[in-house]
Amino acid sequence: MRHIIAVLLENEAGALSRVAGLFSARGYNIESLTVAPTDDPTLSRMTLVTTGNDDVVEQIKKQLNKLIDTVKLLDLSEGPHIEREMMLIKVRAERQDREELKRLTEIFRAKIIDVTDTSYVIELTGASKKLDAFIGAVPEGLIVEVVRSGPTGISRGDKGLTI
Amino acid sequence: MALSEAQLDGAEPERPERSGVELSGAEIVVQALADEGVEFVFGYPGGAVLHIYDALFRQESVKHILVRHEQGASHAADGYARATGKCGVCLVTSGPGATNAVTGIATAYMDSIPMVVLTGQVPTPVIGSDAFQEVDTVGITRPCVKHNFLVKDVRDLAVTIRKAFYIAMSGRPGPVVVDIPKDVTDPNIKIPYDYPRDVKMRSYNPVLKGHPGQIRKAVDLIIQAKRPVFYTGGGVVLGEASAQLTDFVRMTGFPVTSTLMGLGAYPMTDPQFIGMLGMHGTYEANMAMHETDVLIAIGARFDDRVTGKIEHFCPHAKIIHVDVDPSSISKNVKVHVPIVGQVANVLSDMIKLYRELAPRRDEHPVADWWSKIAEWRAVDCMRYDRNSTAIKPQFAVETLYKVTGGDLYLTSDVGQHQMFAAQFYPFDKPRRWINSGGLGTMGFGLPAAMGVQLAFPDAQVACISGEASILMCIQELATCLQYGLPVKIILLNNGYMGMVRQWQEFFYESRYSNSYVDALPDFVKLAESFGHVGMRVDQPADLEAAMTEAFAMKNRLVFMDVIVDPTENVYPMIAAGKGHHEMQLAPSLSDRELA
Repeated sequence: MRHIIAVLLENEAGALSRVAGLFSARGYNIESLTVAPTDDPTLSRMTLVTTGNDDVVEQIKKQLNKLIDTVKLLDLSEGPHIEREMMLIKVRAERQDREELKRLTEIFRAKIIDVTDTSYVIELTGASKKLDAFIGAVPEGLIVEVVRSGPTGISRGDKGLTI
Repeated sequence: MALSEAQLDGAEPERPERSGVELSGAEIVVQALADEGVEFVFGYPGGAVLHIYDALFRQESVKHILVRHEQGASHAADGYARATGKCGVCLVTSGPGATNAVTGIATAYMDSIPMVVLTGQVPTPVIGSDAFQEVDTVGITRPCVKHNFLVKDVRDLAVTIRKAFYIAMSGRPGPVVVDIPKDVTDPNIKIPYDYPRDVKMRSYNPVLKGHPGQIRKAVDLIIQAKRPVFYTGGGVVLGEASAQLTDFVRMTGFPVTSTLMGLGAYPMTDPQFIGMLGMHGTYEANMAMHETDVLIAIGARFDDRVTGKIEHFCPHAKIIHVDVDPSSISKNVKVHVPIVGQVANVLSDMIKLYRELAPRRDEHPVADWWSKIAEWRAVDCMRYDRNSTAIKPQFAVETLYKVTGGDLYLTSDVGQHQMFAAQFYPFDKPRRWINSGGLGTMGFGLPAAMGVQLAFPDAQVACISGEASILMCIQELATCLQYGLPVKIILLNNGYMGMVRQWQEFFYESRYSNSYVDALPDFVKLAESFGHVGMRVDQPADLEAAMTEAFAMKNRLVFMDVIVDPTENVYPMIAAGKGHHEMQLAPSLSDRELA
């Protein structure tokens, strides 16, 4: 099963490599990993997406918690949460494709943020599945480049993952 | 790195009374060690740590032990830590100094040994430029340390060293590396020294007490158990919980087995001890594991050498697991009652509750279970040929026990001799059996024995080894001479890498690929050339007298080259992929006897 795990880490040099090293050393799956500082400059927040059965995910969470730099951890998939990923996609946009792509952009509530005579860059934010769907909807052969941020997430309700 | 006066002033917090002296980074390192109560630093100098060595030269509170190879430094610090329960410390230079120490760091990590390793690093301005003797020490050691630090600013040095000791010693212990660039120890940059007494880390708070509800569940299970077994590991030794374990085991009247790392935590000569379990454990211990209905695992981690094939592991048991490390619980085997906490605390709580709840009864609570165990014991699975004309390795270990009266610190290398020692030397106290169980590091024994002997100069300390293992850190014989360490080396010399040869005999149709050690040195002359006493024994009848003579030489290192039967195998054995009930016994014990 797919899990999205949020981790508050000390914003120290090497903290990210400890997490990445843990996943490779213990053979855990890692689909994506994003990290950036928070409003507290001494803390980084990491969101990682992993898959595994319950036992494996339990062990992943324990191992993450065991890292000295880990301050707090929350498995967002355990409760109601919101998940967002950002994608920038560069497409070839010529002749009739220009209109088609513009329509698609509107349907998905995406934005065209760069335009040339032959191309668009489209920005789209949403759950990862929506991004997948957009890629699927772009007519074949038009995609030049895709860049995705990897999912980030936050729990619903008034409680926050803070210290 | 030049620090301006203003910067330094700005960083200085208000100081408690004892501090305020201006010290350089190098002096801070040494003073911090002194403030931690460190007796010995095992190390080897080199360019990046020269400032620190100069600071060591100008003081007397911390004693530096010069090893002959950095692997020796990390093993010696490790041996010291295992024997004393204190933190081992070593100091090595950058690059090869650090990489040589890595084997010892990984060894300590696998067995959860508290150690602080100070490594020199090239100056901060040239980090990343492939400078002379530069390696990414923090990167290389990351997977085999509890934590590591790179100190880039002299003002962070004292607090980082304090944190390193705190992390190494608390929770589940482990090695911590502190990488110190040369400019951070610059003797010309002095800052006020203030060693923090307490350290608080919001990201690191080891659990101390077990959850009362879980402890209640465990005690209820224990009271109802019909065929219980205590399965105890190195965590009992590390957690100083020997007394509590012994009390609880005696109170319940249950059998107790131990892993290789836990030996001595419960007195091995006590009738309730049913021997080591696992790959080379006793028949009775492994059969009890297979039949048990309540398994009480304490400070043990369900290692593959212990469990055998997971599918066959304790098929009838409810499992209670006490461990300070949550990630050890349900990692390999799913348990029914997990309890996270320090083993000593949890055991004390269990004892208290058990006293309250256990019904008074006249008959032994598990008498039937003990009669079953007595049947397994009667198999006498450790039997060997006592009439052999060659010295049997088992006989050598038994003689060692006899000669030392059971009062010995015994370090070991890795292989058959390690297993024979674990099987035939019953330790009655913790911290007496010192070996590399997790990583299985050949070369561990001799340097570890140095650390033990330094900690206990008047104690009997021996290193049991094989002719292959001993050569991996043989250079430390010179260290032993320099510091007058009268370690007794008991070399069980069979001319083979015995354990490799045994596996090749069993699983590779006796194709002895590269397991025969050709061109061995004359160990007697070798010991003598290092300034020690060498002895060779090849007759069973001579062994006891020779060992007695060796241990009578209180101030000399004696290297005993004991020529043993080259074909002896370690039995019983559970082959990889088999269950506890599928033990292979020595060929002389027929199948009929097991029915």
